[in-house]
Amino acid sequence: MKYIDEYRDADLIKKQAEKIRSITTKKWAIMEVCGGQTHTIVKTGIDQLLPEQITLIHGPGCPVCVTPLEMIDKALEIASRPDVIFTSFGDMLRVPGSHKNLFSVKADGGNIRIVYSPLDAVKLAQKNPDKKVVFFAVGFETTAPANAMAVWQAKQLGLNNFSMLVSHVLVPPAMEAVLDSPFNSVQGFIAAGHVCAVMGYEEYEPMAQKYKVPMVVTGFEPLDLLQGIYMLIKQLEEGRYEIENQYSRAVTREGNIPARETINKVFEIGDRSWRGIGVIPKSGYRLKDEFAAHDAEIVFSEISDIQSKESEICISGLVLQGVKKPHECAAFGKECTPMTPLGATMVSSEGACAAYYNYGRYRQGTL
Amino acid sequence: MEQPNSNKKIILGHGSGGKLSAELIESLFLPAFRNEFLSPLGDQAVVNINGIRIAFTTDSYVVNPIFFPGGSIGDVAVNGTVNDLAVGGARPLYISAGLILEEGMPVDELERIVSDMKRACEYAGVQLVTGDTKVVEKGKGDKIFINTSGIGVVDADVDISPQRVRPGDKIIVNGPIGEHGIAIMSIREGLEFETEIQSDTAPLNHLVRDMLNVSKNIRWMRDPTRGGLSSSCNELAKSAQKGIILHESMIPVPEAVKAACEILGLDPLYVANEGKLLAVVPAEETDAILEAMHKNPQGKDARIIGEVVDDHHGFVLLKTTIGGSRVVDMLAGEQLPRIC
Repeated sequence: MKYIDEYRDADLIKKQAEKIRSITTKKWAIMEVCGGQTHTIVKTGIDQLLPEQITLIHGPGCPVCVTPLEMIDKALEIASRPDVIFTSFGDMLRVPGSHKNLFSVKADGGNIRIVYSPLDAVKLAQKNPDKKVVFFAVGFETTAPANAMAVWQAKQLGLNNFSMLVSHVLVPPAMEAVLDSPFNSVQGFIAAGHVCAVMGYEEYEPMAQKYKVPMVVTGFEPLDLLQGIYMLIKQLEEGRYEIENQYSRAVTREGNIPARETINKVFEIGDRSWRGIGVIPKSGYRLKDEFAAHDAEIVFSEISDIQSKESEICISGLVLQGVKKPHECAAFGKECTPMTPLGATMVSSEGACAAYYNYGRYRQGTL
Repeated sequence: MEQPNSNKKIILGHGSGGKLSAELIESLFLPAFRNEFLSPLGDQAVVNINGIRIAFTTDSYVVNPIFFPGGSIGDVAVNGTVNDLAVGGARPLYISAGLILEEGMPVDELERIVSDMKRACEYAGVQLVTGDTKVVEKGKGDKIFINTSGIGVVDADVDISPQRVRPGDKIIVNGPIGEHGIAIMSIREGLEFETEIQSDTAPLNHLVRDMLNVSKNIRWMRDPTRGGLSSSCNELAKSAQKGIILHESMIPVPEAVKAACEILGLDPLYVANEGKLLAVVPAEETDAILEAMHKNPQGKDARIIGEVVDDHHGFVLLKTTIGGSRVVDMLAGEQLPRIC
């Protein structure tokens, strides 16, 4: 397939891996920020092609995984109401709340629909004026423009029965939280290509300088990742800490300006709680006051009382910060599997634990 | 923390053909009905009646929507049961049909479905010899559900069984994978997209006959429907207690299936088929079997995609195109709801 096969070409990939080997002289620990990148790595076996000196640490860039338990419980409460059509991306349905998940609410009669775009949820609100249609807006900067557009459209259309449960998070504050952690071992970042396609990479420049860490904005295909890793190792070996752009076919320094403008019309930056990590200041989006009529937390104000407590054995917070690998968790593959997940990292198709489980990496040692 | 207990109520994943379905069978159905014919959990049971080996199978069809590019629920209801018999090495002969209709279903839609079933029976060479019709109140069904059962005869010299699978055997697929699942997805509400992909629904009994004509040593066959290629290969690995190696570069995936999977975030290995078969054959007879398959329209694109090894018993390993490897596991829950 054009624009895909070229980036999966076995010969080019082997050559790129060889180039990485030829320049690596020291031990390096690097983090791929985005869960999509983690999946490509584990699914195609990229880590098996790298020299032993390079350790890949899987980053916090899975929006489903970092959505706090409390927010899931709020979603479950709203979705259980008979006057609600609750819409979500498919990934969220199996994420465990404190007592159940969206699938089990659906089995109990909840009207829950998987949509592929928040704009489809707006259409549902138009078609069902007697129902309250709620969209579960989860994601990083990548999904923010479409979510912002949905709220914007709902307001223009005067759709008072459309609201959004917002759990939007931002990548740069999470990267800073990783760097500030006393356990941090990350020396360089493979930055998230699709987040940068929206936001550009200007905002990463001060971070690279402050922490003296190199970053390479990287795509999601195997060849993208190997090229990104090569560029990052080259910087580390040469003692540089700059922002470089491997993913130039999708990313510019300033990003997608109309998309950023749409975000800024609808959202403002606020503090956010991250599952397993805790509150990170200024790390997410919330709806501006003028869109309060479309804010599910205000429309369904009774959910504000919900408080939740995380599983005591799940170490997803440490996994998300790159401190632990999924299979280093005592519950991994035992109490915790994709069928009985204790934490969201085991559920989402982008979660590091699910990647390790589904692609059987933990078993390969014994195979 | 209390687990979200999927066991207390039936959820969609219990019908996906993956791990939840297996759990239901192991914990509920097998303990209740365990016997020598049921316990192997094949797509069909082979019973011996007066010295004649009869293959017997049943399947229910709830596909939504009922008409899709390349066929209808009527086609899959006949072909699915024919194929479950054929992959057991049987010659399908007779089928039954039970129709559950929803009040308000347009009769002309039922006529189209019956006409598709008639054509499918003729093409497969089976006769529909008994049937039943029930109507449920509006809202209690989804237009139409069909159950079909079928019987066929297994010739004395045919022995299809996972116990015959040997290290070194080759794994063959008869053509490109993922077409049925993607054809269904392409017209599902809220997800409509343009694609030239049509369902691959087809009877496989003629192809199986051609294969058995050149080799009586075909070890094992399965039609990878719900759960796709990966589920069938996992069932093979577990029932044969051998290791399976698949080569990503050898598995035929049509461009349009690849494209749709990229967009929707699906893995073609888990997408449903309705006219595909997997066969495990002895290495030395592979060429002859492939040659016979290539002469049949259902097998013209047949090819080797992997082999059986005496290692990592019970597991399926995929060698990736770029030189890595990974375990291919069974699907935990739903990938595509109600595909067949």
